Amino acid sequence: MSRGAIIRIRGLTKVFKMGDSEVHALAGVDLDIEEGSYVAIMGPSGSGKSTMLNILGCLDRPTAGTYHIGGKDVTHLDDDELSSVRGERIGFIFQSYNLIDQLTVLENIHVPLFYQGKDLVDCAEHCEELAKLVGLGQRLDHRPKQLSGGQQQRVAIARSLVNDPLMILGDEPTGNLDSKTGAEVLDLMDRLHAAGKTIVMVTHGDEVAKRAQRIIHMKDGAIDREVVNRR
Amino acid sequence: MRASVPFRRIVQLGIKSLLLHKLRSILTMLGIIFGVCSVIAMLAIGEGASYEAQQAIKQQGSANIIIRSVKPAEGGGSSGSSGSSSRSSASEYGITYKDAGRIQETLPGIRRVLAARIIRDEVRAGQVAFPCQIIGTHPIYQEINRLQVVRGRFLGTIDETYMNNVGVITASLAERLFPSTDPLTQQVKVGADYYQVIGIVRERGIEQKRTQSGGGNEGQPLDSNLYIPLSTARSRFGETLIRRSAGSFQAERVQLHQLTVQMDAPDLVESAADQINAILVKFHEKKDYEMIVPLLLLKQAEEAKRRSNIVLGSIAAISLIVGGIGIMNIMLATVTERTREIGIRRALGARKRDIVTQFLVETVVLSVGGGLIGVVLGIILPFVVTAIWEMKAIITWWSPLLAFGISALVGVVFGLYPASRAAELSPIEALRRD
Ligand SMILES: Nc1ncnc2c1ncn2[C@@H]1O[C@H](COP(=O)(O)OP(=O)(O)OP(=O)(O)O)[C@@H](O)[C@H]1O
Ligand SMILES: [Mg+2]
Repeated sequence: MSRGAIIRIRGLTKVFKMGDSEVHALAGVDLDIEEGSYVAIMGPSGSGKSTMLNILGCLDRPTAGTYHIGGKDVTHLDDDELSSVRGERIGFIFQSYNLIDQLTVLENIHVPLFYQGKDLVDCAEHCEELAKLVGLGQRLDHRPKQLSGGQQQRVAIARSLVNDPLMILGDEPTGNLDSKTGAEVLDLMDRLHAAGKTIVMVTHGDEVAKRAQRIIHMKDGAIDREVVNRR
Repeated sequence: MRASVPFRRIVQLGIKSLLLHKLRSILTMLGIIFGVCSVIAMLAIGEGASYEAQQAIKQQGSANIIIRSVKPAEGGGSSGSSGSSSRSSASEYGITYKDAGRIQETLPGIRRVLAARIIRDEVRAGQVAFPCQIIGTHPIYQEINRLQVVRGRFLGTIDETYMNNVGVITASLAERLFPSTDPLTQQVKVGADYYQVIGIVRERGIEQKRTQSGGGNEGQPLDSNLYIPLSTARSRFGETLIRRSAGSFQAERVQLHQLTVQMDAPDLVESAADQINAILVKFHEKKDYEMIVPLLLLKQAEEAKRRSNIVLGSIAAISLIVGGIGIMNIMLATVTERTREIGIRRALGARKRDIVTQFLVETVVLSVGGGLIGVVLGIILPFVVTAIWEMKAIITWWSPLLAFGISALVGVVFGLYPASRAAELSPIEALRRD
């Protein structure tokens, strides 16, 4: 089953300095994630889940340790290179959707491609397909404010897919949604996983975690235990 | 490496987000609009005014030195002994024929000297009488003062030698005296003497507004002149002139009212002026003459213009800087307001320089847009001003370019700080903001 670790972290440490005191948000984490797997990260508040996801998403740098994506060391990349990695290989889904208010649904989906120098006119078809995939084919010209939370999150999912990323990272993507809409979003994630996408999702809900293959429990900045779901 | 965003796309992005807040964008541009507009308009009006002044001075000839007789200031005012003495005997002042001779003989580099007597009197033609200036002078007057002969001819040497009773009148005087007849067949009468009209002239270009400085303002139009030979003037009018002023008669003895010394070249003018002054000072106890050097006036006018340009430039610079600060202020607010958007864009692959460009473009569009509107208004405004107040305004080719260039520069300078603040935000920090 080993298709090669797409994410490989070793001794990952993150220390936040707050004046004199230091917060060890991550205290030496080792983790491998296989391509095409669906991983849920759980744990109490403040255990370092978001910190880890931010580093996985190249939004933040570790204080120590190494991080390889698809065999490539990304620990010491400069800011521009990290931007490239984010833009080309990672799809983000945030708890608070993080759509750009003044852009339409279609334009929001297009943003990652914009920063790869691709014009909307050239990839409108692709973006539309993704909008249809998340069930918003009729809403292309709507603004985020005109959509429900669930719809906004689905736009975010479409956006996270637009650059055909190596992995999709979600930090509590259902956190702001009621259970029914949350389930719809999770169904969508299941379909993506079935289609071969690698998904790493931080979550608080057991219902959510049940859908994943692996559940990683964190505690005080370290991996406490791991559960593998067998269905 | 991956392809980067085409520049024009980022520009479109900037313009789009400006259009989203139209009112705010326009208000932000106002500072630059007014700055640029006022720079161009002020420079145009200043340029126009100085052009008019320079034309007036050039009209007098840059190689010329003009000396005029001036009634000297009387010591204790008009009352007392001096007042009564001047009433009984004719007051004598001014440039003399001897002065003219001395200047002509001693000064090197003189091309010619033109003497003129200027007498105020009434000209008559039949029943019509009209106040005018009678100018007794030489034939070269026409050339030196650039008179244009409309009909007939100007005074000739023969007229001078034979003291002919002939006269040349200005076009406006001709119209007034002879509305229905051909002036060239007519005579005009001054005092008891008749003068045959031999020509009609018109002053070319801008008229020299001042005639005789000591003469006050009798109120007749300056372009009502009768030119007669100097020799004729001398024999007809003598040296003593009677002036009527405020009900009392006043006799004056003035030999020459005006002397125009034309030098061979303009660069001789300054030293010649000093020498002439030295000659005159020797023979005149009182200062009963004044000297006008058009070239020096021209230089002064140019200097004055240079100064006013510096002042205008400073005002312009300040107003544009104020406009720039206004833009910077708004852009800083915009960056704060859009921190979240910046975070999202960064998370989705935007590099720092993409963010810098996006915000810089917005500032530059604001300032360049404001600059363009300002240039248009600044070009229109002088025309409006000229139409309303009959002022001359000249828009020099460089002033719109300068104003526009500065406004664009202001945009870049004042946009860099907000834009780099936007880019330096860490993506997670930015995303965390609401
Ligand atoms: N920017 C920061 N500066 C200082 N401390 C931070 C920062 N970000 C996170 N921390 C600290 O690091 C620790 C881990 O935070 P993190 O956000 O990763 O927790 P979490 O597991 O995501 O919690 P939650 O479930 O509440 O989202 C916490 O103690 C937090 O206070
Ligand atoms: Mg968290």
